[in-house]
Amino acid sequence: MRSAQSLASTVTAPSSEPLLDVSGLTTVFALAGGREAAAVNNVSFTVGRGETLGLVGESGSGKSVTALSLIRLIQPPGRMTGGRILFEGQDLARLDERAMRRVRGRRIGFVFQEPMIALNPVYTIGFQIRETLEVHGLATGAAARRRAIELLEAVRVPDPARRADDYPHQLSGGLRQRAMIALALTAEPSLVIADEPTTALDVTVQAEILDLLRDMRRQFSLSLLLITHDLGVVAEMADRVAVMYGGRIVEQAATTSLFANPGHPYTQGLLACLPERAAGGRLTAIPGTVPPLGQWPAGCAFAPRCAHREPRCEAAVPGLTAVSATHDVRCVLAVAGAGGTP
Amino acid sequence: MTPLVNVQRLVKQFAHGGLWRARAGVRAVDDVSFAITRGETFGLVGESGSGKTTTGRCILRLIEPTSGRVEFDGRDVLALGASELRAARRHFQIVFQDPYSSLNPRMRVGDIVEEPLVIHRQGTRADRTARVAELFELVGLSRDQRRQYPHEFSGGQRQRIGLARALALNPSFVVLDEPVSALDVSVQAQVVNLLLDLQQKLGLTYLFIAHDLRLVRQICGRIGVMYRGRLVEVGTAADVFERAAHPYTRALLSAIPRLSPGARLERIPFDAAGFTPQPLKEHAPGHFAAV
Repeated sequence: MRSAQSLASTVTAPSSEPLLDVSGLTTVFALAGGREAAAVNNVSFTVGRGETLGLVGESGSGKSVTALSLIRLIQPPGRMTGGRILFEGQDLARLDERAMRRVRGRRIGFVFQEPMIALNPVYTIGFQIRETLEVHGLATGAAARRRAIELLEAVRVPDPARRADDYPHQLSGGLRQRAMIALALTAEPSLVIADEPTTALDVTVQAEILDLLRDMRRQFSLSLLLITHDLGVVAEMADRVAVMYGGRIVEQAATTSLFANPGHPYTQGLLACLPERAAGGRLTAIPGTVPPLGQWPAGCAFAPRCAHREPRCEAAVPGLTAVSATHDVRCVLAVAGAGGTP
Repeated sequence: MTPLVNVQRLVKQFAHGGLWRARAGVRAVDDVSFAITRGETFGLVGESGSGKTTTGRCILRLIEPTSGRVEFDGRDVLALGASELRAARRHFQIVFQDPYSSLNPRMRVGDIVEEPLVIHRQGTRADRTARVAELFELVGLSRDQRRQYPHEFSGGQRQRIGLARALALNPSFVVLDEPVSALDVSVQAQVVNLLLDLQQKLGLTYLFIAHDLRLVRQICGRIGVMYRGRLVEVGTAADVFERAAHPYTRALLSAIPRLSPGARLERIPFDAAGFTPQPLKEHAPGHFAAV
């Protein structure tokens, strides 16, 4: 019987070419009255081999639509209108549905906030893993059964041989999340997209799942696109961070650089409004709310809430400014090469 | 000074927990005692199933406790008859977590805020209209928004409406049950600040129920930590966060993600199987732990 360790794909030699290279991704949604609005607007980013990119934003920022666009699961009234999604040498934006099905679940695994979306309630956990193995032609029969138990063992489900025969509803929230991670890893994908994987969990269970994802990343040489609104989770997990607001990436940086020198007023506001150790104090709030899709202003989407707003912010969307080699900021106040705060 | 709220040996046993078969009684709240002084914010933290929400609801008698005593301003709340309880309810109110399901979607928000005044027969129609306008401004909404429906408001605004309704009868005590956890991060801070402002302006006493430990530390004077229906630790924010005495509290604190990249603390595991209920003991003045 092969151990979980030996199943991990061999470590790829360091390569300058990223595993995932997204450029100009745009997805629009039809609104009432025939108008269309871009929920994801000209988004570009890369995820390197073995790297974790944190995609951060509030609800309505476009982060989940970005993830669904990558795996081509946008349904009407939504529609992807542009962009290139280079992944393992092919442009996912141009693949037909048949070819796309060989990528989804096989080369790109998913972990969602709510395990019940990904797990089928009428089949046992073990059956669902075996089915995935068989569909992708990776194992059948007794071999598939053994492999399913190994995977459950790898994600530290206690008593995996017995748990494989459990239905999803028989598992606790944390175990269900582990089963979903096992399912996501079944076909040994090179990229896992995790959309708010710990948001519904208690903090102690969240800590266990984050530890598990970290281990799996190493064991399976995974790249991880981690979508979250929680900057604490990002600080713990991500190598780099992209912050989304109003359908665009407004800041992208190495995690340490982002936390040390947040460059966009929105990122600064997000960090400032988190409760810190100063007891009994008021919090620093960002005024206003995220406007609904279709009501985003021309120019910088954050301008109406921004304390540093200038007339030019409302005139046009600012470009990205490289404040350092690893840190881009989409703000008119950002100074190229300044390395820090506008 | 007598506390405003005094909870003694509160127990809530749910008789049949199972959907398909009767299970042995589950003690959702198990021998919980604490007191809240006037003007204080007392935080109740714990994970799902710890009993923190049930405790809050038992205090307001939205759920009838199995046993124990709850004193409000010196009066035994659990001894009140139905009509006395209705009358007393104006003094203690609750704000719920989910601003999307806690407001009646078919009512104009002005009527939602006015409803408690109607139920308690407060003032004339004109008085009530003036009071509703005043409440809207108190929570940072425009009085012109009274005729709109809940769906026309964002989550943060809906929580302001829920707060205006809770404050309509001038309560002295408000249970805040995860009041900001359904809101976006950037909006949470606005609502927290509003809660702090209102407390100061109106002299409110809060029971703040939350799972966000960072937030609880920020705004609560004293904190109780619940685990499996038991209160395992009570103390000031500094006692609990800097001198945690109970192993569960330590495990819980070690699980909070750090905001500084690379500065991850070692997780402290907690032996759930080895947990046995213990009475609270005073380890230092005002700092109690069940060890």
